[in-house]
Amino acid sequence: MTMARQHFTPLQRLLHWLMAICILAMLFIGVGMVSTVMPKYLTLVSIHKPLGIAILVLALVRLGVRLRDGAPALPADLPEPMKLAAHLSHYAFYALMIAMPLIGWGMLSAAGYPIVLFGGVHLPPILPQSDGLHATLWTAHYYLAFAFFALILLHLGAALFHAFVRRDGVFEAMASGSSAGGVAPAE
Amino acid sequence: MPEPSRTPSRSALGSLVMIAAIVAGGATAFAYTAGWLSPQRLTPDKMVDALAPPGGPALGHRRNHAKGVCFTGVFDANGAGTALSKAQVFAAGQYPALGRFNLGTPDPHAADATVRVRGLGLQIATPDGQLWRSAMIDVPFFPVATPQAFYDLLLAQGSKDPNAMKTFAGAHPEIAAFGGWAKSAPWTGSYAEERFNGINSFIFVDGSGKESAVRWSLVPAAQPVPVSPDDLAKRGPDFLEQEITDRVHGGPQRWTLRVTVANPGDPTADPSKAWPDDRHTVEVGTLTVQKIEAEQDGPCRDINYDPTVLPSGIKTSDDPFPAARSAAYAKSFDRRTAEAQDYPRTATGAKP
Repeated sequence: MTMARQHFTPLQRLLHWLMAICILAMLFIGVGMVSTVMPKYLTLVSIHKPLGIAILVLALVRLGVRLRDGAPALPADLPEPMKLAAHLSHYAFYALMIAMPLIGWGMLSAAGYPIVLFGGVHLPPILPQSDGLHATLWTAHYYLAFAFFALILLHLGAALFHAFVRRDGVFEAMASGSSAGGVAPAE
Repeated sequence: MPEPSRTPSRSALGSLVMIAAIVAGGATAFAYTAGWLSPQRLTPDKMVDALAPPGGPALGHRRNHAKGVCFTGVFDANGAGTALSKAQVFAAGQYPALGRFNLGTPDPHAADATVRVRGLGLQIATPDGQLWRSAMIDVPFFPVATPQAFYDLLLAQGSKDPNAMKTFAGAHPEIAAFGGWAKSAPWTGSYAEERFNGINSFIFVDGSGKESAVRWSLVPAAQPVPVSPDDLAKRGPDFLEQEITDRVHGGPQRWTLRVTVANPGDPTADPSKAWPDDRHTVEVGTLTVQKIEAEQDGPCRDINYDPTVLPSGIKTSDDPFPAARSAAYAKSFDRRTAEAQDYPRTATGAKP
């Protein structure tokens, strides 16, 4: 190891945990709202849309921060397949965080629905009205949501594996600041 | 925390079990939220499935009110509605309207004289970019009181048990009023002679934030002429579409939009209960239908007349139906837009 940082920056950690809450809420709201006809359906939908746009904005900010600040190096002794999985999963996260809100926005546009954020505040359509586009985007939004949740479970399992089994500092890189982790990176 | 007393492998195994339990817990919570562990939950899929006739749904079409014809026209607001709602659609002016006359049947090829309930879907667009969509019927109230009761009604209607409807009526006596209406209300020979009712209660919010519970109706300018169903049957299976096409070709057809304001204590959560006739009403404008177009290539085809698409100044009330309709209409829309190849357009974008 060189002098490279062992932790994500405070801004990166803030964005990570804030978005973790938003995205988990988003996915639960999503599967919840499409499975009910009760009045909470409207409440959930009215949260889902602005929260999705908030996630899109946060994801773009986060991508910029990541490109500027980079990430701590993975432990040198981490097996190559795990390193590859870590890198690929991060690409997948960024792709989903940016694509899912855009697909949702495009899907509503193609359906000719107004895209209401709150009150009288609307977003413009980003696609022309089209049943074919709507069907394609709806299918993508639906299946990618489950893929997203599966990826989160994988990420959670991997993070806990680093924290409790490998104890290699990868979990602490995002979980805590400089020396507060309690578990030193394994040598 | 380091635990030096344990062997690393035993500690790792315990950790792996714990990690697996946490991940499995997350997956279970997600499955529960999605309704996969709650077979009793009334989902939009179930509601839409229950609407299908015995032979299955007509692919590419709306799952209910499947037969219809598009219209375009204008809504002229007279300004009176601004006393109740700040929505721009009530400010004096003319706004484009896009709608659909339809029949309450899941069969897009049903003979017109066989369908008791007629409907009208309407979208009014205002310059502030907001939309108001509504889907109304010619019945003055809804047959049942709750979305669950509507689902149970669909199941009873589709049941092979000869006593299913009797059992349903016993549990939901409000259905008797619909039966009475279906028997006694006169049939007419034209969509233009129908009064279309919004049925559900909504909240109008005025510029000062004051809220009023309301329902609305489109009252036809044309005088209704009662015609017996037997006579209507002789006019052919699609007489309503032909009649409205000819009629509008001869001159625009008009409806007055009448808003009824609830008194305190009027039932807003139950659309099976009509409000008394003496309630305060406000005539807020006139819908003028100027042009009829076949649905197949028409502008209303890809519109979901979701009654919760509302401008700022109108919101849902404690009536549970708009939410249920929104959820079910979205499911119907999702399905039919994925089946467009089963309901191909005839023109290829040549028509305006």
